[in-house]
Amino acid sequence: MCDQTFLAITFGPCDNCSQNKPLMNIYLKNEPINYCSLCVELMACQGLAKGETIHTLKAESETLKTKLEEERAKLHDVELHQVAEKIEALGQFVMKTRRTLKGHGNKVLCVDWCRDKRRIVSSSQDGKVIVWDAYTTNKEHAVTMPCTWVMACAYAPSGCAVACGGLDNKCSVYPLSLDKNENLAAKKKSVAMHTNYLSSCSFTNSDMQILTSSGDGTCALWDVESGQLLQSFHGHSADVLSLNLAPSETGNTFVSGGCDKKANVWDMRSGQNVQSFETHESDINSVKYYPSGDAFATGSDDATCRLYDLRADREVAIYSKESIIFGASSVDFSLSGRLLFAGYNDYTINVWDVLKGTRVAILFGHENRVSTVRVSPDGTAFCSGSWDNTLRIWA
Amino acid sequence: MTIRSDRDHGQRCRPRMSCLKKVEATVVQMQDPSTGVKGTNQKLNITTIPHAITGQDIVAWITKNMNMDNDEAQAFSTMLVAFGYIYPLQDHKKLVLRPDGSLYRFQVNKWKAEDTDYAIYLAKRNIRKKGVLDAYEQEEYNKLHKWMNHKWDFIVMQAKEQYHAGKARQKADRVVFDCQERAYWIVHRPPPQTHSAMDYGLDRHIDPNVEEKKTYDYYKRIVIYMCFMGFCSKSLFLACSLVKYMMTFKNHDPFLVPCLPRNPWQTDHDSYWELNTPDVEVPTKMRVERWSFSFYELLSDPRGRADFKVFLKKEFSGENLAFWEAAEELKWGTAASMSEKAEHIFKTFLAPGAPRWINIDGRTMGLTVKGLEHPHRYVFDAAQTHIFMLMKKDTFYRYLKSPVYKEIQKKAISPAPQFFCICIEAQLQQNMRNRRPSVSPIITWQKEQEEKAKAAAAAGPIDIKKLMASKLDRK
Repeated sequence: MCDQTFLAITFGPCDNCSQNKPLMNIYLKNEPINYCSLCVELMACQGLAKGETIHTLKAESETLKTKLEEERAKLHDVELHQVAEKIEALGQFVMKTRRTLKGHGNKVLCVDWCRDKRRIVSSSQDGKVIVWDAYTTNKEHAVTMPCTWVMACAYAPSGCAVACGGLDNKCSVYPLSLDKNENLAAKKKSVAMHTNYLSSCSFTNSDMQILTSSGDGTCALWDVESGQLLQSFHGHSADVLSLNLAPSETGNTFVSGGCDKKANVWDMRSGQNVQSFETHESDINSVKYYPSGDAFATGSDDATCRLYDLRADREVAIYSKESIIFGASSVDFSLSGRLLFAGYNDYTINVWDVLKGTRVAILFGHENRVSTVRVSPDGTAFCSGSWDNTLRIWA
Repeated sequence: MTIRSDRDHGQRCRPRMSCLKKVEATVVQMQDPSTGVKGTNQKLNITTIPHAITGQDIVAWITKNMNMDNDEAQAFSTMLVAFGYIYPLQDHKKLVLRPDGSLYRFQVNKWKAEDTDYAIYLAKRNIRKKGVLDAYEQEEYNKLHKWMNHKWDFIVMQAKEQYHAGKARQKADRVVFDCQERAYWIVHRPPPQTHSAMDYGLDRHIDPNVEEKKTYDYYKRIVIYMCFMGFCSKSLFLACSLVKYMMTFKNHDPFLVPCLPRNPWQTDHDSYWELNTPDVEVPTKMRVERWSFSFYELLSDPRGRADFKVFLKKEFSGENLAFWEAAEELKWGTAASMSEKAEHIFKTFLAPGAPRWINIDGRTMGLTVKGLEHPHRYVFDAAQTHIFMLMKKDTFYRYLKSPVYKEIQKKAISPAPQFFCICIEAQLQQNMRNRRPSVSPIITWQKEQEEKAKAAAAAGPIDIKKLMASKLDRK
């Protein structure tokens, strides 16, 4: 658990628009400039400056890329699985379906656990969002959204609200109530507004802020109470499909993965893209931080899952097999980070040994694509949601 | 006008179904006359079907040639059937692979999955024998008839031609052809309420197989965003730190080492959760051990934080943690109350002569004061990090050596592992009935908020005026 680098955030007047905002520290032609994130984005979209052509820009970006690769290569002396050779192998696993939650009328698209370790919220294609007590398999609350394809849902840290969104381009927060007969839709709060579908949402450390990612290629941080946009994150050139907040003490970064095959790490305070990884061959469907916050795993349509180390600034492991052809839709780590659970489009869940890079178990049971996999907060079980309309709890 | 349905046709070319290319390569291998799956002439009803293969042969071939074990091979072959590369001769509506003597054949891709073709197919079946269409097929037929009314003569003509061409064939060929065609349409126009593999979800905006248009802003973006270089460390060091984390937490991972007394999901007893509630009096030994792994673990566990606060009270240095908590609340709180919270924090912790003054260095204080001219949620970031590092590097280690921690370690309980055999069905049923519902998190949250408010009121500086006023009121 090493110290995180602390980037001092400067706040002050932007060199360009003179508004007081958090500033991004970037260099242009080796000159440091302090622009707010909006101005940086505008600068990237402006036409060619004097003396620039597409070819000069292309050449410049190529040299920067090679320089970065060289720097990274200098420090790469050993592979992860080499270090792991001395570690003893894992034994046989017996993981069975302990609960099957039936109740959705259509594909289950997203699942999230409550911090009380037994409740979950799930959303489906027909617009229904259901809160279950997974232990007793009782449904506790149900909300019908006004749109279909609710691809994102999240449980608030306090356990008092859920957020969900999808094709309506919005993220709405529904406060839960103890009264079973109350219509939750009446107290709904519309928080986020995107220009395209909402692919993923997550509460930060409290109920008052939500981080969202959208098909319009941006991520955004919102204030729940007022619906105000606090920070937006531009940098993906295609739909952003997934995001995950870092579990670190500073809690200032998050990673997002998108259809442009890139996984980007962002600083929540300034909106700056601090790191970017592009080694996948197809869309990245899911990103998840390693429990210590020093690395993250991704699952992609190219049928591989990969582990990226943030301090090494490179990919350190690939989890793939010749026989696995269908894309991975969702990944999650076990509590210690030794196991990686990945749900695939061929109806199976593969369990990988993160250190050695081998597969330790394959779980059958779903009758259609596994769309989402989430480990419970205390690591005792994980939940998988599938397009066969059911959720399964495995332990 | 063509009907816009949400199922795409000709999906082999869809970018996100590019995995199908690999599947097709495998199927081609399977059809190889020498090394592929052995097909024979099999009798189905009264006709002999050529090149029929059995389910078990398919699974055996895949197990051998694709290096999988039996279960995986079965799952993979089910995918082949679901995507229509192999179709079942018996029970054609259920697209699963049965690893027994059931018969299958390789599909021949002759048709295009367009509405016109589907209409011709349905019309042809109607001509052959009225009333043979299923309910959903009849519905589709009526819909197509309505939408394609302008083309209907053409469609009926095509249907009639195909019907006559079919009649001219040999009986065996005709049966085979009909089977193939029927199987094709089951895959591409699945009956309602079935799970179809052809469903690929929502369209995404970018086609990954298309090269991204590299215009000036693509390059400009790279140039701007790559001008920072994150600091890197040697791989060996980093790999070792990942390994170290895993080894440290190995005993705490319920998937690797069974949790004590028992995993609630496996045994239907929630004693594990009862023993580990956030506000339990006596924590378990595992939990107390986990607090020693890192300062972050100690703080993220509410029971650990409470114990740490007990220690800080004894040391009279509670203001550091209080400041850190207040700054966290500011960071993650609502935007509306932000500036007044910032003011309050400054007055309570940082201002000269503040009631709970924290000790930070001059530079950090200067940065913070400057930031407070335009309060934003991260204005105390520098101070907060400084205090956090201080607590992490000094106070935390003293806590671990302190009598407070040693005492809680002694008091901590170690529940005995409980294994019992859940082999009897009756026992299982009994356990299911015994599953206790838990307190709603809403109630837990409300209680916590009340307790926090009480604690805050008790900890705040006593307002002498108010106290005197209330005393006077009573008189």
